[in-house]
This record gives sequence, C-alpha cells and structure tokens, in this order.
Amino acid sequence: MTWAEEILAKKSGLEKAVAGEYVVARPDGFMMHDIFAADVLGLLAEVGIRELHDPSRVTVVFDHMVPPPSVAAAAHQRTARELARRYGIANFHEMGRGVSHQVMVEEKRVREGDLVVATDSHTTTYGGVGALSTGIGSTEMAYALATGTLWFKVPESVLIRLSGRLAPATSGKDLILALMRIVGSDIAQARSLEFRGPGTSSLTLADRLTVCNMGVEMGSKFAVFPPGEDLPQGAAYAASYSVDLSSLQPMVACPHHVENVRPVQEMVGTRIDQVFIGSCTNGRLQDLRDAASLLQGRQIAPGVRLVVTPASREIYRQAMQEGILDALVAAGAIVEGASCGPCFGGHLGLLAPGERCLGTHNRNFQGRMGSPDAEIYLASPLTAAATAIAGEIADPRSLLAGLAAEGVPS
Amino acid sequence: MSDLFPVLRGRAWLLGDNISTDVLSPGPYVHAPMAERLRHVLEAVRPDFASGVRHGDIVVGGRNFGVGSSRESAPQHLKDLGVAVVVAESFARIFARNAIAIGLPVLTCQGVGGLVQDGEIVAVDVVAGEVVRSDGTALQAERIPPEMLAVLARGGIVPMLRAIAADQGSTAE
Ligand code: SF4
Repeated sequence: MTWAEEILAKKSGLEKAVAGEYVVARPDGFMMHDIFAADVLGLLAEVGIRELHDPSRVTVVFDHMVPPPSVAAAAHQRTARELARRYGIANFHEMGRGVSHQVMVEEKRVREGDLVVATDSHTTTYGGVGALSTGIGSTEMAYALATGTLWFKVPESVLIRLSGRLAPATSGKDLILALMRIVGSDIAQARSLEFRGPGTSSLTLADRLTVCNMGVEMGSKFAVFPPGEDLPQGAAYAASYSVDLSSLQPMVACPHHVENVRPVQEMVGTRIDQVFIGSCTNGRLQDLRDAASLLQGRQIAPGVRLVVTPASREIYRQAMQEGILDALVAAGAIVEGASCGPCFGGHLGLLAPGERCLGTHNRNFQGRMGSPDAEIYLASPLTAAATAIAGEIADPRSLLAGLAAEGVPS
Repeated sequence: MSDLFPVLRGRAWLLGDNISTDVLSPGPYVHAPMAERLRHVLEAVRPDFASGVRHGDIVVGGRNFGVGSSRESAPQHLKDLGVAVVVAESFARIFARNAIAIGLPVLTCQGVGGLVQDGEIVAVDVVAGEVVRSDGTALQAERIPPEMLAVLARGGIVPMLRAIAADQGSTAE
C-alpha cells in the first residue's frame, strides 16, 4: 500500500484501503487557529453540542492576526478563547507561541503515522514528520470535533523518488519550486505526493516541512515523507518522477501563480521593494541561519525593506542566542514576533500598488500581501537574503562565491 | 435513498474551468449583508447569473471547480440562490467537501462541459450519478458513496450536529 492507503486503512480500522474508496477515519489530531476557532466552536455551541468527542486531541493556536491589529480581531479572539476554555481545550497556545503548523511539530502534537486535520490549507506541512495531514472547512471541523470521525476519499499517490544531495545554495524550497514545474497541479491534484528514495535522508526536517507545506500549492491532498527510503511492496502509484537533488538550482516563483517558476538566474536584476523572511514555509532556524550567513556584517540595499518573522518562540529565542537576530537587525531588518506576519496580507508589512516583494512564504496570488497591483515573488531564505542585499533579485551563489573567495566559512 | 433524492431537473448554467472561490464568493463583499453578497455571486464570469438563477437550476462547471480558499460561503451562496446541484469535470478538494458539508450535491462527471448546452434542461440523478440531456443522451458521473449521500439527505452536517446535540442532551438528563 502507499503511505496514504496504509494510514487511512489503519485509522479506519480496516486491513486495507485502496485509492478511490471512501473511508470513515478517526484522526489523531485536530488543529484550529484564531481565524476559524470561533466559527467552529461557535457553531457547536449554537447547535447545542456541549462536549467535544476528545478535547485532548484538539490544539488551538493564535497565529494569524496577532497581536490583534483591530478591535474586531481582538473581539473575535476573545470569543475563541472563551469557547476553547468552555470546551476544555487544554492545548491552547496564545499569541507569541508561533505559527500553528510549526507549533504542532514542536509540541509533538503530530507524529509519524498520525492522521491530522486542521482548518488551514497548509496542514499538509506535517508530512515532513511522516504524518498524513490536510486542511478541512469549519463545518466539517465542527462535525469531526463532535464525533471524532471524518470521511476521506483514499487518494491516489504520486511517487517522487529523490536521489543525491542538495546542490550548494539550494534547499527544500528550491526542490518544491522545481517540482511545481516538473510535476505541476494537473498531476498532483487531489492526490498524495509521496517522497521516497535515497535522497530523502539527506534532507533536514526543516527542508521536509517546507516541501510538504507547499505540496498543497500543487493541489495535492497530502504530501508526505514516509519513514524509510524503500518503496513499499506492491504499492500502486498514479505517476512517478525521479529528481536528482544535486541537479537543483535556486528557483523563484513569479507573479501571480505559484507554478510560474523560473531559475533565479533568469530573474536577476528585477527591482524589489520589500523582502520577507518567515512563515510556516521558511521561518525556521535553518532559514534564519541561512539568511544571516549572507547578511552578517552587510547592509540591505537602500530603498529595500526587510521583514523577518521567526516561525515560533523557540526559534526566536534560539536565533537570539545565536546572534542571528542581532545580525539581521544590524543589517537593517525589522524582526516581528513569531506569527504569520505579512504572509497572508493581514498586517505587519503590506504592499502598496506597484510594489514588488520577494518572500520565503508560499503564495503569490494577486492581492495576497495587500494591494492587488503589487507583485510577489517566492524563493528560498538564501535567495531572499541575497536579494535584500542587492535591492534586486540576486542569485545567492554569486554572493557565496564571493564569501568563499574572501575565506569566510559559509 | 432515491425517495429522498428525486431526480433533479433544471436549467443548466454552463461555466468554464477554474471557477474560483473568489468568483463564487467575492472577497470585497464578505462582510456585506447577505442579500448584497448574493448579488455578486459569479459576477466576474457570468454577470447575468445572480439575477437570472432560479430555484432548482443546475450549475455545470469545467475542471477544478471551486479552486482557491477554504471559505464555505462559496458553495453556500450557490445553495442560497437555489442551485440544486453542481456537476463539473473535476472539483477542488476542499470545495467539494464543503459543499457536501452544507448539503449541496456535487457530481464529478467527465465530459459534461462539452456535452451540455447553456440554458438547456438536464436531469441529474444524484444517487445513480447520471446526467441526462433533454434528447435522452446520458453521461455517467462518479457515484457519491452512501455515507455522503446520507449527509446530503440530512441537509448537510448542521442538522446532523443538532441531532447529536439532542442525543447528548437526553443522555445528560
Ligand atoms: S504563515 Fe502564512 S501560510 Fe502559514 S499558516 Fe500563517 S498565513 Fe498560512
């Protein structure tokens, strides 16, 4: 069986599940953030449900509109906070703990082989730890919380076989951006992306989380690195691809579609007004270290703004202790709290008409970060840092080559 | 089950590929009063839709119907305007789930976009997964599994939750 079939069978109490079948499963975990928690719990209260099936499986994280930028957001959060208490949700994380998906991983609220659902499309992230996880709507979440069950269509799987090790100056972000081109959403739509092969062991947890986070941008239902490299016996895949990690180069998604991906080289010289390093895609310690490796002792270009949001409090503190935040701030960055920040255009760094932003997040839809007349480019933290220094899209390999020539260890 | 789901007969509204949640439930009106929100449904692609759609009409879409965000208002607005069923070549995953959750049947049917004419009367048998044109030609859609037909028959998840709540209430007493 594929990983999706195996986990869905197990969670549905079946010996076997086959792609195309429908099953009723018992998820191990449920997560809601500040945007939808009040809607879900409010609906349960309105219809008269007094108890959740199992509050210990539920996690609430406030990460989107924090600290509340408006009275409406503050009131919405107060409602969610009160309802979470009323329903006995002990795993409640106030603002400042971090972006929900990163918090779920750090708090070990999701583990290898788990099935997890959340009211957020980037729930696919947990495939980075070997879990099967996906986003659902708020009415379905209400049902799942009340009953502990949810129906799933067992998806077909697309096998991505990885070999080699990541080429210098590339990361998980460049891999997933490259896959947007190689695989694309016609193939991945509603399917499970399953990463296997000898190349997987060379990817860090951070890289895997990044890759699975953006699997959803190809329309996939799950994106997952199952444990072990080997292919399961007799598993049937709808399609399969092989990628040699050592052949990757830095990539960038251009406006206004995530699939509009090109090698960074082709876009070098594009003027940029704002650089954003953060989000559940690329706000982890490895990402901040990458950025600091280039920004340390340098200044961002005049006329460029650099916004940094560490993905969690733990990452924030570690980056502080390692001197990373100091290096970034000294280079000209503004470091915001551990939250979604400007990623979805809520607050903390919106764009004016005609402006261009290069960010390490996951969506570059028109209007995603403010004005519909702004442009968003997506790339790795290394590319983002190189771009902030140059004031225009830059290839991190040229900067790294310069550092190597100066004898600076990278 | 087929008693609960009589064959639906209605006028087809033919839409194209990639009908997004932004088009179905335009962002700028999400906080507007409901009547105003409904006036703008599909405005960007079919300005005649919101004023012309009648109770029992059928929406026929192309590929990737409902692509975009997880907002439930997208299927809800279609239901509120009287749409009886959406038949499309393929659906974005969360839209299809949300539609069932709010009690709007959605059928995946290869080739439907090329077959049905705009405005023609078609019959849709939700249980059998059959789409029949006025001249009798038929297409087989993917069947909806019984568990989800049961959700649809109840009118979506909210009535089911009310029943669960009533149960909880009686056991608590
Ligand atoms: S960081 Fe961005 S993509 Fe991630 S959960 Fe927050 S808003 Fe969504």
